[in-house]
Parts: sequence; structure tokens; C-alpha cells
Amino acid sequence: MKLLATIKKDLRILMRDRIGLILMFGMPVLLVLIVTSIQNNVFQPFSKNKVLLFINNKDNGRLSQDLIRAVDKVGLFRLESLDSNGSREDILLEMRKRNGMLTLVIPADFSTKVAAAAKGKADKALHSFGLEGDTTARPATGVGSGGLSTADADSLTLLFNPGIEPSLKLSASGAINGTIQMVESRQIIRNIYLSVNEKPLPDSLASEMLSSSAGLKEIPVSLGGPVIPLNATQHNVPAWTIFAMFFVVMSLGGSVVREKLNGSFIRLKTLPTNYIIALLSKQITYLGVTFLQAFVLFGMGVWLFPFIGLPALRFPHDGLGLVLVTLLCGWCAVSYAILVGVVARTQEQANGFGAVSVVILSILGGLMIPSFIMPAGFQTIMQFSPLHWALQSYYGLFLEGGKLKDILINVLPLLVITVVIQLAIVVTLKRKKLI
Amino acid sequence: MDQPAVSITDLGFSYTARTGSPKSSSHGSSSAKSSSSTPERLFEGLDLEIAEGLRFGLFGPNGAGKTSLMHLMTGILTYEQGSIELFGHRVKTKNKIVNSLFGLVPQDFSFYEELTPVENLEFFGAWAGLTPRETRQRTEELLEVMNLQAVRNKAVGQFSGGMKRKVNLAIGVIHQPRILFLDEPTVGVDVHTRHELIRYLIELNKKGTTLVYTSHQLDEAEELCQRIALIDKGKIIACDDLGPLLAEHRQKGLEGLFLHLTGNAFER
Repeated sequence: MKLLATIKKDLRILMRDRIGLILMFGMPVLLVLIVTSIQNNVFQPFSKNKVLLFINNKDNGRLSQDLIRAVDKVGLFRLESLDSNGSREDILLEMRKRNGMLTLVIPADFSTKVAAAAKGKADKALHSFGLEGDTTARPATGVGSGGLSTADADSLTLLFNPGIEPSLKLSASGAINGTIQMVESRQIIRNIYLSVNEKPLPDSLASEMLSSSAGLKEIPVSLGGPVIPLNATQHNVPAWTIFAMFFVVMSLGGSVVREKLNGSFIRLKTLPTNYIIALLSKQITYLGVTFLQAFVLFGMGVWLFPFIGLPALRFPHDGLGLVLVTLLCGWCAVSYAILVGVVARTQEQANGFGAVSVVILSILGGLMIPSFIMPAGFQTIMQFSPLHWALQSYYGLFLEGGKLKDILINVLPLLVITVVIQLAIVVTLKRKKLI
Repeated sequence: MDQPAVSITDLGFSYTARTGSPKSSSHGSSSAKSSSSTPERLFEGLDLEIAEGLRFGLFGPNGAGKTSLMHLMTGILTYEQGSIELFGHRVKTKNKIVNSLFGLVPQDFSFYEELTPVENLEFFGAWAGLTPRETRQRTEELLEVMNLQAVRNKAVGQFSGGMKRKVNLAIGVIHQPRILFLDEPTVGVDVHTRHELIRYLIELNKKGTTLVYTSHQLDEAEELCQRIALIDKGKIIACDDLGPLLAEHRQKGLEGLFLHLTGNAFER
């Protein structure tokens, strides 16, 4: 009866705390919506989200056209030609205007140089076979990438914006180098074929000779059930739901401190009821809040996202597992908020420390930056963030098709952290003689 | 012989003096812990007995130890030496039997400002051990007697100081305690409300509730208290029925008596 009355009291206070409700529900809804919309492009496959590559082709030969076709075929780039007579300044201006990250400058003698180099290598090969050929091969042409001010005007040059993501630049230059190699190889084969057969190499045969027969098989790792491909929704909705749950510290932590500081606590201490009832009530009330947060955010992913052009959230096939993991995440979040409230001496302390610590824990937990790219030291620290285990548990369900038994390796650390936090609450309350 | 309502024997208590805080926090414990705080002895060998059914006043200058004594009697603070008993039950922190015997009306407003008077009474009634039916019944009685019916569904945070004092008092008496501790229950209220509250307290006492009261309102104290104790520097310097005490020291009122016994003007 006392517990029920306390839950009623906590619910009433919660329902009248408009700012708290906005922080707990409005802010996560906005965060999920904005971050998912922005990240949607990042998670799109390259076929849908190609990198803009300007082509400044000063060469009129066939091989530069071969190169452009080959670069286009890679599938990584959306090609746009720039005026071939434009100066370096014109290129830079165009890149700035159109927010372009990359420009491939093909020099006027590209075809001539590649043809000569290919002929040299072909002749060398023929000579080694005991056939007639020129042994003075010229060096091959490769892409010279450099900052906008250091590129060599006479070589194939990749101009890049210094702000480009390093991994993207690496992928782009790798892809372009690969295509140059292919254009040159094709030309070498053409030369050898012509020397041996005294007729041009058919394009179909050239393609056959250059294509790889050893294909790469890609298999997503599954925990048993069907794998759901990672997209902005499958990542962001679970991740920001966890963040929202832990952000109840702003309302709950403050509520615990307020109760400690205002006069009502004096009266609670003198009534024949243990304060543990008050904390139990807060846990139940706010566990309901975290569950409702998950319901709202998951519901948004399922029903709202498809209407605004975002991928719909696909639920894991283990519904019970999802409910249990959500309850455990919520319990951990609520426990953390109560601990902050019990330890803090003022509401400012609870709000300030609560908010900052949740942001730090979420960064360490891999909610904002993927955990696999973190330095080794942080990979260790990460193990202490409950948000990391919460996210891994959700990933196991949402992406890897796992069931609860498959993700116990992530659920158990979360449970252990929660129990430790609960013990810390009891110890702190006893130390402060509040129970 | 009847059991006294309050029996204090050889009480010893030290408070923790912190920088910027002359007294230990009423929310905290009594013992000194941090290196930046030093324990200071407030009560040493203090004895006091309050008979059941009395309207008893505790008076003294600021810092004399009135509120600390009240917090010791209600188990909010813990004492190191001696004993305090309420109706023969030893007072300890969070003692279920003792806590159901008394009610407390602290000087600070002790309720949830977001809730209405009805919701506050519902919650504190449950914590005091009443059934929902008893709580509803007592709530209606108290709203009636405190003249709070018209604002029963308004959040207490919107109330005037006087109305808040009434809610504060109503919560303290919802479980009909045998003894009620009142720490300046009428501070900051208008004359009309003060008389209403005093009349109510006298009525409550007539029904058998022992009152232990502190205030700086000496005229109000004279009206309410039958017996008083004057505390100065942690010691009881006088304790008797009000009439004989005034006669003994040839004083007409409490203010004169206070000045006569302590040498200090009464701080309001």
C-alpha cells in the first residue's frame, strides 16, 4: 500500500514536470530523427551515394577515355567533367563552389605516355619469349596524389580537399590506381596480341583476359537468425534509445536530490516507513518511463521513418529477448540516475555531472563513434561503460539475428554493472544514514 | 504514575560545525566526519521530562539548541550519550513504534509543492501507516478544519504562506499522533491565520495530544504554552509552569523573563 501510494506520488510529480518530460521524450525523438536523417547517406551503399569526382581531361587520346570509363565502372564515383582548358585556379574554384572533394587531372600526353610505356613492356615481354621486341621500356604512369598546391602538372594528378575523410581518400586513390593499372595492362595485352597475331585484340577477349576468375564471397556473420543489414535506422534507433534511457538522470537524479534537500525528506525520516520504499518507487516509476521511451522510439522507427524516406526499423525475431534487454537497459539507466542523485549534494551537481557523464559513457560505449576504431586503451575502458554492453546486446538482436541466449555474453556484464550500481546505492545511503 | 510523554536523561550530543554552517545539518548525521569539520558539544547531561497532555514550550536564543533538541527527540539526529524516551519507548533513528507515536511540523515546508493538499495528505497518510480509507477520512476532516476545501485540488506551490503552514500542520497530524512536535509552526503567517492555527492546536491538545512547541512569537507562546523550558548554550536554565515561573522572577511576560534569565534580548 505504501509502495503504491509512493508510485502514485512519483507519477504525479513526473507528469507535472514538463521540462523533465521534454528532456526524456522530446529530445530523444528529435535526436533520433535528426541523426538518422543525417547519417542515412553515410550508411547508404556506394551505388546510391557516390562520391563526386571531377575529371579535368586535357588529353584527346583513346587511353584517357578508357581510363574515364574504367573509373566510372568502379562504381565509387559520380563523374563530372570540367572544362579541359581550365586552369588550376578554375578547378580549385569549382571544387570550392560545388563542395567537391576530388578532381582527377589527366595531362595532355597521358595516352601517349601510357601507350609508350605499354609498348615498352610488351616489347620486353616479347623479347623474353624469344620474339622480336623493343627492350627499352619506359616507366609506367601512376596517379600522383597531392595537396592542391603541390601537384605535378605533367603527371596524372588527384587533387583533394584537405578536409576529405582519410579512409575515403585512400579508397579513391586505390580505386583510381587500380584502373590505371588495368588500362595499361589492357594496352600491353593489345600490343603483344598485335605483334603475335598481326591483328587487333578483340575487346571481348581483352575483357576476358583482364577479369578475375577468383571471386570474393561475402558472408555476413549471424548469431543464428536472419541478418538485418546495418543502416542508419538499425544503428541509430537502438543507440539513441539507450542514450535516452540514461538521460533520465536529468529528471530522476534531480528528483532524488530535490527530495533529499527539501523539507519533505525530514518528514519522511520521521515516519514509520523505510526510505528504501521511496527509492523502490522511483525505480518502478522510471523503469516504466524508460520502457515507454523505447516504445516511442522503436515505434517511430517502424511507423514514422518509412513516411519520411528513412529505412524502417526491422524488429528482431526474438521479441521476448528485446523486451528483457530493454528492461535491463532501463533498470541499469535508472540505477545509475539514482546513484547520481544519492551521491550529489545539490541539484546542479546531479544535473551537471549526470548529463556530462552520460555523454562520456555513450562515447565510450560506441554510441557516437564505432567502438572498433577506438585506440586499445579506450577499448579496455569501454568495458566499464554499461552503454557499451547495452548497445552490443541490441546489436546482437537487431543486426545479427541473435536470441537472448546468443547475446548473454553482452547481457551478463550489463546485469553485473547494474547490480554493482544498486549495491553502491545501498552503501551510500547507509553511509549517509538515510536508510 | 503515568508514563511521561518525553523523558530525557543525561543527554549528550555533539554537533558538527562546518565552515559557513554554524550548526549540523538537520538532514545529516550528528557525528563529525570530515577533516574540515570539528565536533562541538551542544548538550551535556541534559535532563527533561514532559508530562502527557501538556502544551510545552521550548524557548531560547538562536543557536541555543531548540531545533537540535527537537530533532533528537524525533530521531532525526542521533545522540551519543544518555537516553530519550517517548511514552517509554527509546528514540532511535527510524524506529517504527516510536515514529508512529509522534508527528512533526518542521519549520521548513515539508511537502511536495507539485502536489495538491489532498495528494500530499494521501501520500504522507500512507507513509504514516494509515489505510486508504482512513487517509481519505482524515483528509476530509483536516481540509474542513483547516479551511482548505476551496483549494483542495490546487498545487500547494501556488498557495500563500499561511495556507502552506496549514498544509504543513495538517500533514503532521494526519495520523493523530500522541505527541506533536512543532518547530515555529506559525512563522511568516498573518495574525488571522496564526489565531486559527493556535485555536486548532489548543483543540487538538484538549483531545489528548501532547504539544512540544518552539517559537520566537512570545505572545503566541504565552497563549499556547502551559509549561516552558528556557534553553541557553545547550543548558536548560529554567523549566516550570508559566505562571509560577513569571511570579518567581517577578516578570509580566515571557520576553521580560527571557531577558532576566539570559541577559539577552529575545531575537525575533
